[in-house]
Amino acid sequence: MKEQLIQRYNAAERINHWVVAVCFILLAISGLAFFYPAFFWLTGVFGTPQLARIVHPFVGVVMFIAFARQFFRYWHHNLVTSEDVKWMKSVKEVMKGNEVGDIGRYNGGQKGMFWVMVGCMALLLISGVIAWRPYFALYFPIPLIRMALLVHAASAVVLIASIIVHVYAALWVQGTIRAMVEGVVTHAWAKKHHPKWFREMTGKES
Amino acid sequence: MALQSLDILRRSASPTAAPQARNPLEVAKLIDVSVCIGCKACQVACSEWNELRDEVGSCVGVYDNPTDLSAQAWTVMRFNEVEQPDVSGGKLEWLIRKDGCMHCADPGCLKACPSPGAIIQYKNGIVDFHQENCIGCGYCVSGCPFNVPRISKDDNKAYKCNLCSDRVAVGQEPACVKTCPTGAIQFGSKEDMKEVAEKRITDLKSRGYDQAGLYDPEGVGGTHVMYVLHHADKPELYSNLPKDPAISTTVSLWKGLLKPVATLGIAAAGLFGFFHYITVGPNRAEDEHEAEEEVTK
Repeated sequence: MKEQLIQRYNAAERINHWVVAVCFILLAISGLAFFYPAFFWLTGVFGTPQLARIVHPFVGVVMFIAFARQFFRYWHHNLVTSEDVKWMKSVKEVMKGNEVGDIGRYNGGQKGMFWVMVGCMALLLISGVIAWRPYFALYFPIPLIRMALLVHAASAVVLIASIIVHVYAALWVQGTIRAMVEGVVTHAWAKKHHPKWFREMTGKES
Repeated sequence: MALQSLDILRRSASPTAAPQARNPLEVAKLIDVSVCIGCKACQVACSEWNELRDEVGSCVGVYDNPTDLSAQAWTVMRFNEVEQPDVSGGKLEWLIRKDGCMHCADPGCLKACPSPGAIIQYKNGIVDFHQENCIGCGYCVSGCPFNVPRISKDDNKAYKCNLCSDRVAVGQEPACVKTCPTGAIQFGSKEDMKEVAEKRITDLKSRGYDQAGLYDPEGVGGTHVMYVLHHADKPELYSNLPKDPAISTTVSLWKGLLKPVATLGIAAAGLFGFFHYITVGPNRAEDEHEAEEEVTK
């Protein structure tokens, strides 16, 4: 019997996602290099330390623009409902591999992740612009730049830890990576993890 | 080369110790503002010795020229007119301060710098920028409690006074000290400079400056450029010399507490994923019907 598939992400959405992902990896590597002295050699990802300092913010702008596109694609799918709160409260059960609640396109964890990413991206952009030399920092007072550097580092740490969770969740829930690589998921995957979305997509009862 | 002087107390962004076998004397430059006449010979000497030429500016109506420190001006005289109403009949004072790097014992620039070896603190107290390692991020500017480092627009490297570390290394005094015509700038061991300052302060007090004192702020661990001030209780009178300078709490949090917290957070996320996978195992969606169909096919 032929495998039954549902389209979850179209080509444009996948390209959009991977632009953000590649930018994020480059930024995380060079950012950690600036943050941890022992990892300074990671600035080599951009050739030389000076180049890393120069290129990092431009890549950040590309990531932000691409992420903004994702924000407008997905924000309305990520409004938190009572079903999501139920999911978040039973996260222990979810971690054992048992589904909780009648989940639509995204579950409570994915929605939470979405808003954490939105918050971090906004903070990173604002603080990044304030600290950006030689173009913008000279227009801001030093105490504000200090605050921006702290906020930039802290929100980057939150984002990096969140992305680790995001990547792990995609690996753990088998069949998920395929959604962002080939664009499709199996009926079985959709039925198990997103039953409400499955009904909406197929008109079938799960 | 940077490390071969074997007297490196601290090196920016370096988790391990730098060579520090040699023990040079702790030095200090003492600037007695009560003796300074504002002639700017020190500015010229600095410019000559270090071969720096700032762009020729224009008169802004006061004596300050250039008006601020820059990558080409590592020291500037700052002039401030202050009315002292508490003196009988009132009094106008013209307070002149030679501004530049204070060479803090606890340097905020070095703490903030992310680039290994771009900022070096020698055991004699001099804080030196090694531009070969500078990446132009400007973190030193944010770290400094005195607003001293300047990033060059030409090469995006940070510059500031290095207390003529090249001259001091061969037993000479800094160029500004050598040239000062009134003896307002002196140089020697930090201990000796404190003694000289003490004598000057006693003298100033006998002349009615009851609040005369030494500016060697504890908040940054003391400095290797010290001032004798006639109004040591109000350092801000001298073109906003900070009263209690210290590395900003924001910078300390960023370069201090945040690092272990970040390490724990990132490691926790990674380790959680790893152990979750090898204990709970993958979350597979095998539809029972489809599985049965596979078997019966």
